[in-house]
Amino acid sequence: MRYTFLLYTNPADFADMTPEDWAKEKEVYGAYIGALQEAGVFIDTDWLHPADTATTVSLAGGTEMVQDGPFADTKETLGGFFTVDVPDLDAALAWAKKCPAAQYGKVEVRASAMDSA
Amino acid sequence: MNDAARAAEQAARASYGRLLAILASRTADIAAAEDALADAFAKALSCWPQDGIPNRPEAWLLTTARNRLTDHQRRAARLAPEDDMPEIATQPIADFPDERLKLMFVCAHPAIDRALHTPLMLQTVLGIEAAEIARCFVVSPTAMAQRLVRAKAKIKASGIAFRVPDAPDLPGRLAAVLEAVYGVYALDWLQGGETLSDEALYLAVLLSRLMPENPEPLGLAALIAFGQSRKTARIVDGMLVPVSEQDTALWDHDIINHAAHMLTRAEAMKGIGRFQIEAAIQAVHAHRATTGITDWAALAQLNEALVRLYPTLGALVARAVAIGRATTPEAGLALLEGFDSEKISDFQPFHAALAHFLAQTGQTAKARSSYETATKLCTEPEMRMWLLRQSAQL
Repeated sequence: MRYTFLLYTNPADFADMTPEDWAKEKEVYGAYIGALQEAGVFIDTDWLHPADTATTVSLAGGTEMVQDGPFADTKETLGGFFTVDVPDLDAALAWAKKCPAAQYGKVEVRASAMDSA
Repeated sequence: MNDAARAAEQAARASYGRLLAILASRTADIAAAEDALADAFAKALSCWPQDGIPNRPEAWLLTTARNRLTDHQRRAARLAPEDDMPEIATQPIADFPDERLKLMFVCAHPAIDRALHTPLMLQTVLGIEAAEIARCFVVSPTAMAQRLVRAKAKIKASGIAFRVPDAPDLPGRLAAVLEAVYGVYALDWLQGGETLSDEALYLAVLLSRLMPENPEPLGLAALIAFGQSRKTARIVDGMLVPVSEQDTALWDHDIINHAAHMLTRAEAMKGIGRFQIEAAIQAVHAHRATTGITDWAALAQLNEALVRLYPTLGALVARAVAIGRATTPEAGLALLEGFDSEKISDFQPFHAALAHFLAQTGQTAKARSSYETATKLCTEPEMRMWLLRQSAQL
């Protein structure tokens, strides 16, 4: 079963980070990706530019809307994701708990709806 | 309800949960399994009177429900009718694995809202209607039905596995299952209802059979049974009587023996836990039937153990009460006065205990005021009546 971890963090937490801090952060994520790959569950990941660089598009209601900024204005924003392939929710939750973002932010776990009938 | 009717109902209940667990564990789709099983029961009602009851009624129900499920799956997967789906033989149900333990772990999974653990278990393991569950929880039937539907949809969509958790997760996950079963009992202990406390005991005993190596389910079964033994003594003339004041002649001594036996078996397994300690506390109370006195020193010790293992406000107050009654009211009062006033401001048992010791130490005015606070916080009329009586007797 495929699961996507949505990584929500508060950009303010990163505001004062030095280049050394960033290097360390990259290392932590690199190790996590390595662990996922080694376990054979890794599918995909990305990390995203901050939410204030987002552009939101919608055609809902029949009119085309292109808007500067994220869809929801919240303190914690979507900063990246991981997609993994594991047998069940317990396995997905176990990996999500190891995700670096879970240590200081929140990780939302959702199963893929693509393979369900 | 007579014994035959009760036996028939229990048999139906046992097979309902067993059949549902088998059907649902394959697909994790509880709602589809419920529909298929309901269809099978409906078909049985129309077929059996004409064709006679099959040799193995449960196998018949299971096969019919499974065919129904696979029809749906076939349609969903756009399979041709001739594509082979495994057919099950007409074995007695005892030959099928009992999947109810897995179902119970699914119902009490941490990804499911805690408040729904008990309702889910009542519906899936025991087959109790959503409307009946709603009545017990004092919510609208529609709201309860919707919440149960959503929970089952989540179980399916999020891929919660039908399996017993691995050893590292087991203690925490089992605690949630036990909590959910205890929740069934807690729902109507005051009513001493015929229905739910029986169901709670049924679930606890079932759990202890499915996990014979773990003593806590047996401890929980003993705890519930001790409670049941006092059903008729608990409420007298609409007033709740605390266990230490109950008329022991009204207790059901067969159930007490049964409970004590279960507790002894649990304790022999050597793995102390919250429910065994709570059952042991009730065993001490039950012992008053033979000795005529409550052994408050033993209760103080057991509550001390409970506080260390499972510190709740209730256990802390119970410990203070036991110590106060085992030693002097002044000692009990001193312990209660040491509580954080913010934490206990709306905790009724604290104020009732405080009032008792204030009265014992001659501080009548303060005692009356504490009884008043307790009465205001009390939501059950039966308990309020007891508190008012205590206050009036000052």
